[in-house]
Amino acid sequence: MLQAINVAKSFGTEDVLRGVSLRVSRGEVVAIIGRSGSGKSTLLRCLNHLEEIDSGSIVIDGEVMAENDASGRARYRKDAELRAICQKMGLVFQDYNLFPHYSVLKNLVMPQTAVLHRSRQEAEAKARALLEKVGLADKADEYPCNLSGGQCQRVAIARALAMDPEILCFDEPTSALDPQLTQEVLSVIRQLADEQRTMIVVTHEMNFARDVADRVIYMEGGLIVEDGPAQKVLGSERSAAVRAFVGESGY
Amino acid sequence: MKYFNNPEAFLKLVVSMQDGFAATLTIFALTLVFSIPLGMVIALLRMSKSRIISTPIAAYILIMRGTPLMLQLFAVYFAIPMFFGVNLDRMTATILAFSLNYAAYFAEIFRGGIMSIPVGQYEASHVLGLTPVQTFFHIVLPQVVKRVLLPVSNEVITLVKDTSLANIIAVSELFRAAKNEASRTASVEPLFVAGLFYLLMNGVVTVFFSRLTSRFAYYKD
Repeated sequence: MLQAINVAKSFGTEDVLRGVSLRVSRGEVVAIIGRSGSGKSTLLRCLNHLEEIDSGSIVIDGEVMAENDASGRARYRKDAELRAICQKMGLVFQDYNLFPHYSVLKNLVMPQTAVLHRSRQEAEAKARALLEKVGLADKADEYPCNLSGGQCQRVAIARALAMDPEILCFDEPTSALDPQLTQEVLSVIRQLADEQRTMIVVTHEMNFARDVADRVIYMEGGLIVEDGPAQKVLGSERSAAVRAFVGESGY
Repeated sequence: MKYFNNPEAFLKLVVSMQDGFAATLTIFALTLVFSIPLGMVIALLRMSKSRIISTPIAAYILIMRGTPLMLQLFAVYFAIPMFFGVNLDRMTATILAFSLNYAAYFAEIFRGGIMSIPVGQYEASHVLGLTPVQTFFHIVLPQVVKRVLLPVSNEVITLVKDTSLANIIAVSELFRAAKNEASRTASVEPLFVAGLFYLLMNGVVTVFFSRLTSRFAYYKD
């Protein structure tokens, strides 16, 4: 479904990703954990083309997004093709990034009509069904400023789903939320996992990573240090590096 | 007192100033029509990543904001015929000079508004698949409009009063009409009557913008 090989990315002199390879199969839920600055968010942003990689390759659903040219630098596909490939990816941000001037419904409808050229009726039906799914059917006509953080994040999830992504990514989706609101967002993600959606979740929620993810990846210093079944990476025989990190995060 | 204690004379004075008032309204309206879209274009060019574009635009803004509008009026009215051999009538020259000048101020207001939109709005748009053009017109611009209403209203109010500068290249606008009346009748009262006109116009502008502000109050950001 998704294959990233030897991805490197630096900001100025700082190497944020130093050769990361990652493979995600259809229906798999992968949690990425690690300290701040370990490169986990940057990796997710590269997969969603919010950052361009310096070298390496990214292949999504058989389509090459970027690969090395002869000189070893990553080359991206042309605009329209690139956009079509990115369309297979969805991303939910830490701070939601809903469009404040649109109602909840329009937040879900506008991208469908503008990008996928769906009819208004079709887009609206889809939007309402998704709002129902995340438990916010009654908030369709509200504006984001009148919603709680947890509600905003569930709208953001619904908005991402409205575009029918093959892979849904989450960038620390609960970091801006208090514990109670965190649970309502996590239960939505858990529900999506039960539906066999392919998901990549950058998270600080260790319990969630262990319970929901099929696989857990631990990153440190721009590299993937551990990659394996959740029970193995976070279980009783976890590695010293993960043990140290998990100890800090109070899990 | 000739006018303020004589309603009949006052009314006659007001009527005699109506052509001037019409000219002032024309300068005002046409300047807004041209300078607001031009200001948006200049703001975008000013934000261009290419310095070949942004540097001359920055210089343009510096000159327009850094020299007197009165001087710019002279420059447009007298220099353009001199260098380009085309004669501009007084009204055209005025509207051109005002539009070029106000576009520079609007550009900086719009630039501030555009830069105040959080980067997350662009990132969300990109991830959803919106093109940069769709992002600008559907996501950024509507939010910018709300954010710039207050500084734009300031500029529009200033413009109402600045129209009086056109009298220095002998445009028969409101202030010139009042000045003529004042010297003809040896009274300062026509100038105060002109003042009332400007005040009235700005009352309307103020009400307009407060209505517009409440129309955008349906969301907070």
